Amino acid sequence: MHNQKIESLEKASALSHQKDEHGKSLWFFAWQRLKQNKLALSSVIVLTLMVLLILIGPFFSPYEFDFIDWENMSTPPDYSTQHYFGTDAMGRDLFVRTLQGGRISLMVGFVATFVSLIIGVTYGAIAGYMGGRIDNIMMRIVDIMYALPFMFLVIMLMVVFGQHIFLIFAAIGGYIWLDMARIVRGQTMSLKGKEFVESAIAVGATTPAIIFKHIVPNLLGIVCVYVTLTIPQVILVESFLSFLGLGVQEPFTSWGALVNEGAQDMEIAPWSLIYPATFLATTLFCFNFIGDGLRDALDPKDN
Amino acid sequence: MLRYMLKRIMGAIPTLFLLITISFFMIRVAPGGPFDSEKDLPPQIQKNLEAKYHLDEPLHQQYFRYLGNIVQGDFGPSFQYKDFTVTELIVKGFPVSLTIGGVALLFALIMGVTLGTLAAVRQNSWVDYVLMSTAMTGISIPNFVIAPLLILYFAVYRDWFPAGGWGDGQWRYLVLPVLALSLRYIAYIARLMRGSMIEILQSDYIRTAKAKGLSMTQTVLKHALKPALMPIVSYLGPAAAGIITGSVVIEKIFGVPGLGQYFVQGALNRDYTLVMGVIIFIGVLIVVFNLIVDILYAYLDPKIRLEQT
Repeated sequence: MHNQKIESLEKASALSHQKDEHGKSLWFFAWQRLKQNKLALSSVIVLTLMVLLILIGPFFSPYEFDFIDWENMSTPPDYSTQHYFGTDAMGRDLFVRTLQGGRISLMVGFVATFVSLIIGVTYGAIAGYMGGRIDNIMMRIVDIMYALPFMFLVIMLMVVFGQHIFLIFAAIGGYIWLDMARIVRGQTMSLKGKEFVESAIAVGATTPAIIFKHIVPNLLGIVCVYVTLTIPQVILVESFLSFLGLGVQEPFTSWGALVNEGAQDMEIAPWSLIYPATFLATTLFCFNFIGDGLRDALDPKDN
Repeated sequence: MLRYMLKRIMGAIPTLFLLITISFFMIRVAPGGPFDSEKDLPPQIQKNLEAKYHLDEPLHQQYFRYLGNIVQGDFGPSFQYKDFTVTELIVKGFPVSLTIGGVALLFALIMGVTLGTLAAVRQNSWVDYVLMSTAMTGISIPNFVIAPLLILYFAVYRDWFPAGGWGDGQWRYLVLPVLALSLRYIAYIARLMRGSMIEILQSDYIRTAKAKGLSMTQTVLKHALKPALMPIVSYLGPAAAGIITGSVVIEKIFGVPGLGQYFVQGALNRDYTLVMGVIIFIGVLIVVFNLIVDILYAYLDPKIRLEQT
């Protein structure tokens, strides 16, 4: 009892002490909370290592991603030939191909997410800030698009216009922004009535300036969370397309394409499925955990 | 209630209209025509073919003709399967996809709700931690990774279930595709269910139920389950759409002759009418399903019904 009292007193004094040195940002506290979330923190570490491996790993292998080793076709992992992950049915080194596929998968993930970020934040912030009729119409459009079977439309796009990687970026980014727009709109609407917006209006700031200079920076927290949750979604969509043979084209590859090839020879060469599948699943796993951790860290009311 | 239903139905029309319009014009701007595979046709035959499929009419006329045909359930002839119309192919493939998708959705619901409730009741115990980290794994591993692994283990190494094929819908052929398709949704529903159940279990009326001496099982089953199911009901729409999309991959991996197979084959062979027919069919399916879910939701939760009419 006594101990508890002292403890709570100490806590209180610690709190008031923290209050004194103001200037600690939302990000500082978020980082403090994130550090305590072991799963999220280890995900950050694993993901960093993965990115490093993807970037510099290929330099440690004597093989190019499209080099065909006629002596070693469908061979299991073997350190003496320096095929660390074995080779595929065409004799290409799977270590290098997995890393090269990772580059494409991650690049698609980042670029398409960036596209969706730009569209979604702009759209959502405008709809939320303008309100009324404009908001109604803009959100109605989002609702209508939501109900479209987008995966199928993207596939049709691939069929009709051919399978170019930039088309993949655009197509995925062009539909994945819907979630972002909805979230940003909701946040904007709650920010709209705050004093800092009123004061901006009072000093005569133009509407675009209010939206992009005053409201958007305050959305960063929630946007960050959704970016980390969107990246794995995009990687998944790209893998899905590549798996169906509609994504990245030979000799380039992505994790989805590698899993597809691996699945075809898995009975005789299980390693060609297991390595890319592990890389893909681990990446998605890490992103999801980081996203969840960030959400808890930036939105303390849940705890 | 009727007014609410009517309003929802009216809301679905623009979506369908947009879908059909996008599909139509995308196909029309597509490079290459339907008769490219035939070697240089004499101009007269080319003309006759175009006349037969009404390709010689002005674009807007074609568009309205296509709209009219779709309303009557006619998606035109398939370019790839020469003897079939697209409608016939859809009729052939849909029951197969419906079986797999329906069983998968049902299985995901039952398992997800059960596991989620279990985790919520035992919140912060090892049961909760094991279930939730398994669920996170389930969400992170895409179905096209899980499916080959399932085949590798259960069909190749253990030989318990067939590795693929349909076998006229015998249950043994259903097990692996349904499992591969539903795992992700079991995980997702379990997480949703846990969250909403924890929230409900903290509410006052549950405390009252406990206070009057009901056992935990009775409290959960009689009082907490129904309100906790609300978020699950609203997730049914996206889940169904996801399962439909996912079944494209699953059907390809397991060699199941469903709608998804036709779609992928059509896409790879540039069978425009087939691809378009399947997209529109699936679009209608998703819209109708969402409609049912919305109405069900309004039926379960009077608040929404009152707010939105």
